[in-house]
Amino acid sequence: MLILWKLFFSFIKVGLFSVGGGYAAIPLIQNQIVDIHHLMTMEEFADLITIAEMTPGPISINSATFVGNKLAGIPGALLCTFGVVLPAFLLCLLLAYFYYKYRSFGGVQTILASLRPAVVALISGAGLSILSLALFQAQKADIVLSNFHIIEAILFVGGIIALRKFKTNAILVIFGSGVIGTIAYYLV
Amino acid sequence: MKKESLISEEILEINNYKKTEHVLWDLFKTMFMLSACTFGGGFVIVSLMKKKFVEELGWLEEDEMLDITAMAQSCPGPLPINASVILGYRMKGILGSFVAVIGTSLPPLIIITAISYFYEEFRSNRVIATALQVMRAGVAAVIFDVVYNLASNIIKTKNRFYILLMIVTFIMNYFLGFSAMLIILTCLSLGICTILLDLRKEHKARC
Repeated sequence: MLILWKLFFSFIKVGLFSVGGGYAAIPLIQNQIVDIHHLMTMEEFADLITIAEMTPGPISINSATFVGNKLAGIPGALLCTFGVVLPAFLLCLLLAYFYYKYRSFGGVQTILASLRPAVVALISGAGLSILSLALFQAQKADIVLSNFHIIEAILFVGGIIALRKFKTNAILVIFGSGVIGTIAYYLV
Repeated sequence: MKKESLISEEILEINNYKKTEHVLWDLFKTMFMLSACTFGGGFVIVSLMKKKFVEELGWLEEDEMLDITAMAQSCPGPLPINASVILGYRMKGILGSFVAVIGTSLPPLIIITAISYFYEEFRSNRVIATALQVMRAGVAAVIFDVVYNLASNIIKTKNRFYILLMIVTFIMNYFLGFSAMLIILTCLSLGICTILLDLRKEHKARC
């Protein structure tokens, strides 16, 4: 029972202080789980990060579920996930309340309008990172041109055509590229 | 004037839709599906949400989706969760937030719980590794499609300040490695400066 509470409060802290998404949460989780409470070894933690990266969903939820499960079964998983989500839930609810109350005000509109181009830029940056991982399995300076993955390049172009020309469902494009690409890899 | 009445009609339509209990189930179902497909981080789900809620369902306007993303990025916690809290609130208040967050959290919870029982096998399985690698191509295609639409809408405003802001923040984030949080805060202060400048101009004009 005590371990459950410990876990719950650890993950509330992770949820509260992981500002800036995804990878920002990793050192926090490591600090709470490995260094402070000794609930996992560093090796187990490295495994956890590998698994979290391989599965869909935010890294902090993935690791909360994984740690919870490992130490206290399914109730543990639920409690840890709840802990990591709770601060975000309350803060965003507050923000949403103010946004929908005041968003039609001129000043608020001006501020929001200057945020939108930045959001577009951030999404494009994320897209380029994923594209270079798909095409070269590396990022920016580590890209080796001879390591070009032709199958992924064809899938990417095919995906764009499917989305823009045939208005194919995005989820279908993601899973379709997974299935077609895997078959292609084993045939070539 | 005409545009305004169109918007208010739209809002009326959404409000009618809000009344049906259907919207909660739709919200849950959609967030569950999108969350299950979010390979590769927070901005993937934002792209998927934009396609689904703006283009397909027409629940949100494009600007609103960008605002939600900016707010979600500036709160602590995972981006998909934050975005679904705000979106849920927009659709059906606190209850909507609750339902949307459960929809978003369940897929990773179920998948990781299932995997934690045989993660050695999962981690060393070559077919899974290949599938995950090639799937990135599809994810990248979805993001590029969304970015193309968003960026061309910014360019269409012909506002040089916003276009420049988009290019500069892109370089800051992608090439110089500034964090998303820092970039949002910088633009927030820029926005506040614009307001102060406008106020000063007005003040001078009056004097």
